[in-house]
Amino acid sequence: MNKTRIRVLVGKPGLDGHDRGAKVIARMLRDAGMEVIYSGLHQTPEQIVEAAIQEDVDLIGVSVLSGAHMTIFPRIKELLKEQNAEDILLMGGGTIPEEDIVSLIEAGHAEALFTPGATSTEIVSWIKSKLESIKEDVV
Amino acid sequence: MNKEVLDQWIARSFERDRRATAKLISWVEDDIERAHIMRSVLKETGRKMVVGITGPPGAGKSSLVEALTKLYRARDERVGIVAVDPSSPYTGGAILGDRIRMQAHGTDRDVFIRSMGTRGHLGGVTRSTSDVLRILEGGGYGRLLLETVGVGQSELEIMQMADTVVVVLNPGTGDGIQAIKAGIMEVADVFVVNKADLPGAERMKNDIEMMLNLNGDTRPWRPPVVLTSVITETGVESLYEKIEAHQCYMLETGQRDERRKERLRQEVWRHWEDKMRAVYETVWEEAREERVILHQDDPYQLAQMLWEERFKGG
Ligand code: B12
Ligand SMILES: Nc1nc2c(ncn2[C@@H]2O[C@H](COP(=O)(O)OP(=O)(O)OP(=O)(O)O)[C@@H](O)[C@H]2O)c(=O)[nH]1
Ligand SMILES: [Mg+2]
Repeated sequence: MNKTRIRVLVGKPGLDGHDRGAKVIARMLRDAGMEVIYSGLHQTPEQIVEAAIQEDVDLIGVSVLSGAHMTIFPRIKELLKEQNAEDILLMGGGTIPEEDIVSLIEAGHAEALFTPGATSTEIVSWIKSKLESIKEDVV
Repeated sequence: MNKEVLDQWIARSFERDRRATAKLISWVEDDIERAHIMRSVLKETGRKMVVGITGPPGAGKSSLVEALTKLYRARDERVGIVAVDPSSPYTGGAILGDRIRMQAHGTDRDVFIRSMGTRGHLGGVTRSTSDVLRILEGGGYGRLLLETVGVGQSELEIMQMADTVVVVLNPGTGDGIQAIKAGIMEVADVFVVNKADLPGAERMKNDIEMMLNLNGDTRPWRPPVVLTSVITETGVESLYEKIEAHQCYMLETGQRDERRKERLRQEVWRHWEDKMRAVYETVWEEAREERVILHQDDPYQLAQMLWEERFKGG
């Protein structure tokens, strides 16, 4: 049995300079034993997806506090599809209103979204259970 | 994993499919079908030289990798980059942040950047690192750059993967002394004093030159000292040229093959080490059952005894 280490790309898309949350998440996931590729501020969705492919991450986590979530999440999903990389999961967080969360998740534009106050336990256990449920049938 | 499926992934990587290259790297890192993958990859690779870039935290290694990449891209070469950062010894997790300074090539498909954690286990880093570089070569990246933080033993080992080792230091810091302590002075083929826009760069250069004189360095290749600034974009061309010159030197004098032979010797030893460790574990378990009495046994004697029983008694 080979235990594969979970790899996550954490990035900040667009001009949004609120990077505190992204850094908190990066550290949180590192402390949970994951390898976190932190790509920093001002990423385009194209950069995020290319980095995710090269780094072969299990999931992408983006932090959006700029209000641009309704365009960023669908765009990243679209690019993943273009690259035949739909198996890479997309999660995110930031100041995203509840109704937008519902519509993004329902449309399949993200697998999970977290808002201010989300705890480490919530986020880490979501990732672990989600990946456990799908990793088995990955070749 | 099914071998046929695996071979298809390997073939795709050789056809420059980035996803396949990325997957092969993960499998090798996770020790999934590693020997099988590497057998195919090593058959096709090993021709390209590796430039290793090391130095203290924050010296500007990633910034220089990006600046060099720009020069290689201007010459239409494809660049494969491996950036190694330490994993947490407690959780095994890691924050790999070198990409932050390598954004200029973020969507350039002819530049492949891969971040790796050291993952703690003995020797493991080194082995995966060289394998990962060869996978990148197989994926069509002819310029191979390896960045690692130069602070400890495992980083020194990683640097033995490189055909040219660039040591990056900063002016006005205790870097020179730290570098000597960490033993990275001896591995340097090229010295860089980066952040030459800050005061003290010339002095740092002189210090290094003096140290090279003191060492009575008699090697035919005397490591040059290059001043660079990524901010003012100076000196990077010169660094590029010194790297080229060193690689020519390595090829012409047969040094490259010497270094590779030594590396092979070490790599084979590491595989042996793994096998030996496995043997030792069983020997120890058996001995412990019957004979080991804590506080009384002398480890020197015990080692000798167990060794002879296992390997000499035959
Ligand atoms: C601190 C702060 C700042 C700091 C940022 C410092 C920094 N480097 O991060 C400063 C003062 C610089 C700042 C500036 C601005 N800010 Co401000 N700022 C805040 C504030 C008060 C807190 C944000 C924060 O750091 N929270 C702490 C972190 C840990 O929480 P978090 O990011 O939400 O992350 C948690 C979750 O959301 C989730 N999460 C977040 N990201 C991710 C990612 C993943 C993968 C996962 C799993 C989970 C996850 O998990 C985290 C832990 O629970 C918020 C108000 C608020 N209630 O959020 C406004 C807020 C975000 N700012 C706002 C605004 C408007 C601005 C400015 C435009 C103000 C101006 N006119 O200049 C500028 C823009 C700066 C820029 N360049 O983008 C608005 C945004 C409105 C919007 N979305 O439309 C907010 C919401 C305030 C408000 N109510 O109006 N700001
Ligand atoms: N003034 C000045 N700053 C520089 C120069 N090169 C890099 N820096 C800055 O130094 C800091 C570290 O740069 P990096 O390229 O990330 O250094 P690094 O050696 O890769 O760092 P680690 O990988 O974290 O060890 C950044 O803030 C850079 O902007 C330079 O030539 N001059
Ligand atoms: Mg770096």
